[in-house]
Amino acid sequence: MLHIVNKSPLDRNALDTCLATAQGGALLLIEDGVYAATTGNSAVGKLKQAMGQMKVYALKPDLEARGMADRVLDGVNLVDYGGFVDLVTEHATCQSWL
Amino acid sequence: MSEGQVKKFMYVNRKAPHGTIYALESLEVVLIAAAFDQDVSLAFMDDGVYQLKKGFNTKGIEVKNFQPTYRALDDYDINKLYVEQEALEARGLTQEDMCVPVEVLTRAEIGKLMETQDIVLSF
Amino acid sequence: MKIAILINEGPYTHEATDSAYLFARAAIEKGHQVSRVFFYHDGVNNSTRLTEPPQDDRHVVNRWAKLAQDHNIDLVVCVAAALRRGIKDENLAPGFRISGLGQLIEAGIQADRLVTFGD
Repeated sequence: MLHIVNKSPLDRNALDTCLATAQGGALLLIEDGVYAATTGNSAVGKLKQAMGQMKVYALKPDLEARGMADRVLDGVNLVDYGGFVDLVTEHATCQSWL
Repeated sequence: MSEGQVKKFMYVNRKAPHGTIYALESLEVVLIAAAFDQDVSLAFMDDGVYQLKKGFNTKGIEVKNFQPTYRALDDYDINKLYVEQEALEARGLTQEDMCVPVEVLTRAEIGKLMETQDIVLSF
Repeated sequence: MKIAILINEGPYTHEATDSAYLFARAAIEKGHQVSRVFFYHDGVNNSTRLTEPPQDDRHVVNRWAKLAQDHNIDLVVCVAAALRRGIKDENLAPGFRISGLGQLIEAGIQADRLVTFGD
């Protein structure tokens, strides 16, 4: 399934709980969740570890809006809203970790 | 709606009660869902486990006490309530602190159940 | 594919409704059908016709209404959540309708996917 996280990992535990709960599948970072996909943040180890179990995507317009598009972690796949739609349709269910 | 179609709905509650309205309004959705004869389950994770901490007394904050509604869920045949073990432990709570009968599951077990759903709703 | 959307936050404070709108538009561009958008919690505030953002800002309410009109999307505002927050037929923007929570469950049953946007 597709897991969607929209919170900064330095502010809230949505990403933590998502990664501990998810049984594979894909992770899409949107809104403030995209900060998790950037280099140099202290929570970066969690995302790197997760990449072993699931495909990780981040919404490029949200990264660009935050001035963070030039420091995306290797291994994170960038998508636009069309790519977001594709991820939703390719997976049977999606869970937004609000 | 096509007659007799049954989907598996899981409602994921991760927010504490009273500080925000999500717990109450999520409960209102679940009650309506009961009328649709769908397969309904509720998962309480993170601060969501506080929603079930028995002994709400809301007189002092002058809001409606909605805890009795959790006890009424069983009357609507909603009895699949799952509580995250790690969340209880991190908050000094046990199954005995819950206001209704629940099944305590690890995050990974909840994750496996989530994979079997048609719809996952998060409030 | 038939896609339904749930929006749990109001306009301007949260990005949720912007994300949902851009998602919906992209889904339509890709040939999918957005069957229903259900507004719940503070999301009901996306439906008031009294909304007046500054002229150089996006008009969240009007652009939902236009997308709905152009692509036959059912914009449903939860009645219980709306009444709590002072949203009634008299201040409801065109293109939206107020109805019960059953419309959310029905959307989940009828659509192939239900995507939630919130806080």
